[in-house]
Formats: sequence, structure tokens, C-alpha cells
Amino acid sequence: MKKIINNPADVVQESLKGFAAAHPDLVSVHLDPIYVTAAAAPVAGKVAIVSGGGSGHEPLHAGFIGEGMLDAACPGHVFTSPTPDQMLEAAKAVDGGEGVLFIVKNYSGDVMNFEMAVEMAAAEGHRVTNVTIDDDIAVKDSLYTQGRRGMGVTIFAEKICGAAARAGQDLKSVAALCRRINENGRSIGVALTACTVPEHGKPTFDLPEDQIEFGIGIHGEPGRERRPILPADELIGGMTTALLEDPRYERTARSWDPDENTWVEKTIVNEPFHKGDRMIALVNSMGGTPSSELYIAYAKLEEVCASKGIHIARSLIGPYITSIEMQGISISLLRADDEMLELWDTPVLTPALRWGM
Amino acid sequence: MAETITRNVVLSWLSNTAAVLQENRDYLVELDAEIGDADHGINMDRGFKKVASLLPELAEETIASILKKTGMALISSVGGASGPLYGTFFLRASNAVSGKDELQTPDLVALLRAGVEGILTLGKAQPGDKTMVDALQPALEALEKARADGKTLTSALQDAAQAAQEGMHATIPLVAKKGRASYLGERSAGHQDPGATSSYLILNSLLDSLEDDAG
Repeated sequence: MKKIINNPADVVQESLKGFAAAHPDLVSVHLDPIYVTAAAAPVAGKVAIVSGGGSGHEPLHAGFIGEGMLDAACPGHVFTSPTPDQMLEAAKAVDGGEGVLFIVKNYSGDVMNFEMAVEMAAAEGHRVTNVTIDDDIAVKDSLYTQGRRGMGVTIFAEKICGAAARAGQDLKSVAALCRRINENGRSIGVALTACTVPEHGKPTFDLPEDQIEFGIGIHGEPGRERRPILPADELIGGMTTALLEDPRYERTARSWDPDENTWVEKTIVNEPFHKGDRMIALVNSMGGTPSSELYIAYAKLEEVCASKGIHIARSLIGPYITSIEMQGISISLLRADDEMLELWDTPVLTPALRWGM
Repeated sequence: MAETITRNVVLSWLSNTAAVLQENRDYLVELDAEIGDADHGINMDRGFKKVASLLPELAEETIASILKKTGMALISSVGGASGPLYGTFFLRASNAVSGKDELQTPDLVALLRAGVEGILTLGKAQPGDKTMVDALQPALEALEKARADGKTLTSALQDAAQAAQEGMHATIPLVAKKGRASYLGERSAGHQDPGATSSYLILNSLLDSLEDDAG
């Protein structure tokens, strides 16, 4: 394994220290427990948005802390969910009096640890709620599995909800918006290589030169199936078609009701995409795929969408939700209404995403 | 044969478990690399190292308090799904033996039952989903049967550990329905579940501590 690291066990901490040193105007890093907050937090009168998950997906999530996006992020060990004490302390640090929204990716560990944190924060008198993002369409028979994984739509949620919070929307309104984003977003990913977790020291799986893993998550695990590599047009064409033809998907999810102080089961439904839909698209490198390839992919994505009467109104192209150095690509589409587009366009200032200010 | 689990046995169990999980760290990582993200061994080693570091200051506390602090230490250090699940196991186990200075067979049954029920409630796995439940549920059933058959504590725990080991091996052909392995669908079959493996190791470590106590 060749990496620019020192002791593998120290990677997360050393990286966070460097991150804090590089962006002192935007973020503060706290160790023990580990969490990262916006330098300006707590912002009085604004809903605070907190997310987190295993390290190894940078810039997700700490790279999105700043103005108009996240107020705090909780990084766990590489590919390992953070622990409730991290989220509790982060929530306490950034609660500006209008409550805290936890945006949670749908992995069993993330959900369990964030749910424990919700209960702990509520017990300490904070107004708090949670929304789970489960956008990955590659998981079939989702009722008989852990359910769909949280992937690129998480970024759409963090940006748009961050903007809504900055615009003064209240906790329940921002949470409802987050749910609506989840119900209108879909993602799919493929891996050309595995990745190497520093403390493990070797690739997470062996992939022959001519094969790809289709239907991956973000934790370096094998995908849904292994297939031969295809030229970009076929590969991206297939991924796009899969997104556009994904059928109606219904499931339930638990959310904390901040008024009743109890868990509530909500039914969540993703209706299929259809002609005339307007999309925000994310063409995402898993860390090791260069932008030249992302743009080749984008061209095909746009072409296939256009052929189905679907317009890509905005795009984000680059490494945003990664698996360390994995070569691979994930595509996320969000069917955006006027409010979502407007909030997407509002200024944002974070280490990884910046426009308008 | 030792017929009670004293506080010393509990302390020795936890210390022993830390050693076993350190020895098996790479093995658990390899199992997890096949059907997960290769971190189970790292996380469990870290969690039980934290537990082991607390043991000196817990030496005078009750069994229930030791188990509770073990649960809390695991929740704050393991992460992933294993942290909340094993943490809840120990927290519920602690409640079940509240007030006990030493544990007889019925207490051990109550401890294991409470722990397993905590995991079932939180993780929502069923037997056959290819998880830690597939080692712990058979262990619980074996322990309950041994108690009903009037076996000694050590003998009952031997039955439980053996059932856990068999349950662990029985996960090999299963298709995962929970956790990260479930995303792999059919590809998860043919691999032993790492969570069932660590569960067996933890339970077996209790048996070793009990047998060592007898001298």
C-alpha cells in the first residue's frame, strides 16, 4: 500500500488537523469526542444541520461545513459510523435555538448511532429531528435487506437544506424539505477498482483488470454483481437508464417528532422519474477517477436524459462522496421543483463547495 | 467445577475477550472484507481495548455496574452497527443481573436472554439473516435447555458456546438480509459472518474464564 500517511491508525486525526489548519475561517475541529463545527456556529435563530458518517468519503461531510450548508459533521473511523457521543456534543455545540436536523445516510450503523444521539439530545432538552437518505437503486428486494444505501443525494440534501435553514425556515419545514429531496432522488454507482483502508493495508476486494463492480455503496464493499468493463457509452447509458426506469419505491422510516418527543414511522415513496422532469445531476468520482472521465460520463448522461425528455438544469461534477482512492463513478439525479432549484442556487461557502460568495 | 460466576470471573472474561479480539483482529477483518468493508476486527479490538483499560477502576464495582460500563464504553468506541448492538447487549445484560453478587445458571440465562433481546429489538434481525443473532440465539436456546435439564453452570455454558460455534459456521451458506453484507445479495453466501464470529469469541471467552476460575 502506497499512501501519503504516517501511522495508519492516525490517519483520521492527522487529516482533520490539516483540514482545520487549512480552513480556519470556516471550520473548527474538536477532538475527544471528534466533531467538526462551522467557525460561525452556533448561529442564533437558525436551524442547525448536522451530519456525519465514517471517514474515507471526503469531502463528505466535513468539507461541506460553512455558510449555507452544514453546521457540523461527525467523522467516524474509516468506513465506520461515528458514535452517539460525537453527534450529541456536535448538536450541543451548534444548536442556535431553532433546533437541530440530523441528515443520516441509510447504513445500519449510521442509523443506530444517530438514533441514539437523537434520544440523548432530546433528553437534554434540544429540539432535534432526523431524516434518512436512501437513494441507491442498486439494492434490490430492499424490503428484505437493510434497504437502499445513502449516497449522492445526501449532498443535494445538505446543500438545499443548508440554504433553507439559512433562509430562516423552521425545523419541521427543513426536515420536510429533506424528506422531499430523498423522495425525489436516485443514485447508482460502479467501481473499477477497490480501495485500501489504511488500517487494513490491502484492497477491500480483488477485481480483475477487465471487470467492474456494479451497484456499489461507498464503503469499499463488493457491489451487487461483477460485470465486464464496457465502453463509457454503454456503461453510463446503462446506469442512466437504470435510474430513469427505476420503479416506484415505498418503505417506512423512523423520525423523531420534536414536539411529541417520540419516534414516528413515516411512509416514504419515490415515484418514478418521467418525461418533462427537471434534474439536478451529480456525476461523482469515487476518489480515483479523473475529471476527464467524469465529463465523458456527463455527456452520455445528458444525451440519454434528453432522449427521454428529461432536462438537466444544474450539474455538479467531481469527487464529492468518495471511497478513499477507489476508481469509480456514481450518478445521482434529483427531480427538482422550483424551491429546490432556488435553494440550490443560493450562495454557499464551504471548503468543498463554493459559489455566490 | 466452578458453579458461580463471580465478579472476578466477569472481570477476567472482559479482559480475556480483549485479548481474544486482539488476536483475532486480522481474522475478523478478513471475514469482513469478503462481505463488508473490512473493519469489524479493527472496531471490536478498539472497543474491547477501551473496556480493558477501564477494568482496574471497575474492580470493586458490582457485576451489573461492570457490564453497564462495558456497554457504554463499547457504544462510544466501536462505532458502526456493532457498537450500538454489542453496547445494547451489555446494557440490557446489566439490567438483568442488577443486585447480584454472583451469577448462577438462572442468572446467566437472564443475562444472555436480555442481551439477545436487546440486539433483536435494536437490529431487527431474524435468525437466518446471517448476523450475530445466528450465533447468539442458538447459544441462548442451548443454555435454556441445559438449565431445564439440570446441568451444571459450566456444562450449560459449554453447551451454549458449542451452539454459538455451530451457529457461526451455519452462517456460511446464508444470504445476508441485514447489515452491509445484505447489499451483496447472493454473493454474501459462502462466507462466514464476522458478527456471528465475534459473538462466538466473546461467549467462548466467558467459558474460558469460568473454567480457569475452577483451576
